[in-house]
Amino acid sequence: MAKMQLREAINLTLHQEMERDPSVIVLGEDIVGGMGTAGGPEAIGGIWKTTAGLYEKFGAGRVIDTPISESAIIGAAAGAALAGKRPVAELMFADFVGVCLDQIWNQMAKFRYMFGGKSRCPAVIRIAYGAGRNAGPQHSQSVYGLMTAIPGLKVVIPSSPAEAKGLLTQAIRDDDPVLFFEPKALYATRGDVPEEEYVIPFGHARLVREGSDVTIVTCGQLVGTAATAADRLAQQGIGCDVIDLRTTSPLDEEAILDSVETTGRLVVLDENPPRCGLAADIAAMVGEKAFAALRAPVSMVTPPHTPVPFAVELERAYLPDAERVEAAVTQLLGYRGSAPR
Amino acid sequence: MQLSREQMLGAYRQMKVIREFEERLHVEIQKGEIAGFTHLYSGQEAVAVGVCEQLTDGDYIISTHRGHGHCIAKGCDVKGMMREIYGSAEGLCKGKGGSMHIADVDKGMLGANGIVGAGAPIAVGAAISAKLDGQGRVSVAFSGDGACNQGTTFEAMNLAVVVKAPCIFLFENNHYSEHTGVDYAVATSGDIASRAEAFGMKVWRGNGSDFFAVTEVMREVLEYVRAGNGPAAVELDTERFFGHFEGDPQRYRGPGELDRIRAERDCLEAFRTRVTEAKLLEGADLDQVDAEVMQMIEASVAEARSAPRPTAADVLTDVYISY
Repeated sequence: MAKMQLREAINLTLHQEMERDPSVIVLGEDIVGGMGTAGGPEAIGGIWKTTAGLYEKFGAGRVIDTPISESAIIGAAAGAALAGKRPVAELMFADFVGVCLDQIWNQMAKFRYMFGGKSRCPAVIRIAYGAGRNAGPQHSQSVYGLMTAIPGLKVVIPSSPAEAKGLLTQAIRDDDPVLFFEPKALYATRGDVPEEEYVIPFGHARLVREGSDVTIVTCGQLVGTAATAADRLAQQGIGCDVIDLRTTSPLDEEAILDSVETTGRLVVLDENPPRCGLAADIAAMVGEKAFAALRAPVSMVTPPHTPVPFAVELERAYLPDAERVEAAVTQLLGYRGSAPR
Repeated sequence: MQLSREQMLGAYRQMKVIREFEERLHVEIQKGEIAGFTHLYSGQEAVAVGVCEQLTDGDYIISTHRGHGHCIAKGCDVKGMMREIYGSAEGLCKGKGGSMHIADVDKGMLGANGIVGAGAPIAVGAAISAKLDGQGRVSVAFSGDGACNQGTTFEAMNLAVVVKAPCIFLFENNHYSEHTGVDYAVATSGDIASRAEAFGMKVWRGNGSDFFAVTEVMREVLEYVRAGNGPAAVELDTERFFGHFEGDPQRYRGPGELDRIRAERDCLEAFRTRVTEAKLLEGADLDQVDAEVMQMIEASVAEARSAPRPTAADVLTDVYISY
């Protein structure tokens, strides 16, 4: 076990998987950095420092620094995967999905199905996502909700350094295309990480806090927000199950439904806009499959239906915080006077 | 390059299979037995065959929405393709893909593709993989004069040059992107190859209606790319004997144009004339191939008509997450 930042956990995973399997290659903009400059290769090692040291160790054949060409990067990952490699492409910001969406949803997501099950596309796209760094409307979106809506993709959102390592290892070894959303606001967050190889299987949510009054379902950087809210509520004698989805596709419906059967109350905390998003999807699923268990309406805690604003005050107002989660929980407990069981 | 008798007969057979496959589809589609959109490759056979006859199963190609010819030329099972176009559960893609998405990765055929311009980046990825393996294999991105206007194609060409990928950008200029003339839509006066040149690639141009010309060009191109010189581009001038899609009234064609291109630029007729005049093959040899191909196409249609249909349950196969 070692203390390391989330970015270091990603970097360690890439080193370990490239060491283990020669078919693993990485590609993306500035993942080496400094190519064609006086400062030379490895001038930066990725803008998030997640790919540092790979070029030196594995060479230009497997560590491919690309021009700014998102469609070509993702398309090349799709092609390399069809040709038997395990590419890990880096998309610098989740917002850039808009530039290369065809290669994601019309190409890699569909290969296995539309080719009659005879092809595999074991590509990973690592994507830095999320608000909280004042990066403005085109560098702050979450996007994993939109991607979850696409059949044929696996969507993963780690919430801590240890989670990132186990889930990324699974993503690289997976035979299907995986979008791996890294919460960029947590890149510098430190945590205990096992140094040896391990995988966290997809579709198995993690219970972060346990309590019998309200279920809070969330993922990624908002897991910390939910845990903070749950800890404060616990001091008032209110117990919350906090469920970290880990993957939104596949979705661990059972973990959500089991918890709601106990609590009868659900808060879905999501960083995507509210319409047609992950929160609405989970609310609908619970309404359909656990209606009898519900003792209050499902509460969706999300940003407003706006772009992500820039100014510190605006972004703070945009991104759901622990106070909003606490308020949602309290409101549910007060619904028609129903009290904790 | 001197081709053996077997090579010439093999190439002619492949061109004839493509031609009759497409001509038969043209007839069958009008009967209403085949669902969906179909784009026929008749007229362009010398390109697909001239390229693919010099490739192995280890080389990759990616195709377009007009992909039947490339699939056949790269070795996809013709009967399986016909079953796929008829939507059978025993089609090459189990009826999940249809005309625009036929693929056989084991044969290095990474798929026909319904999105114009989507193929080139994928071909570069396959080329990056081939380069890493170091066995001199290549990847060919078939694109039309329509796809040459897509940004994805530009990105792919630049990336291929930057990483020196063994990728061949093969532009088939059939003078129409869907229903629009190349002189209008390709701003470089209809000249596609000059664009590839601008990206720093060595380019070749040739007559795509002449199998021997294509063969000659591709021999040079493949030698250049397999030797590790990075990507290359080829522009081949060819003709599309049918419309953009089946049912296209082709009002954009000039008077007599279709008759003229069939009379003057038929690659199968050109092949026949060339080899018989040079006494490389007898007319009877080709007639025999023609008869065998017609029989095979007839059988493939008959089989496809009676092949098992998919069931509603098949909608949920070949997925990795079910809700």
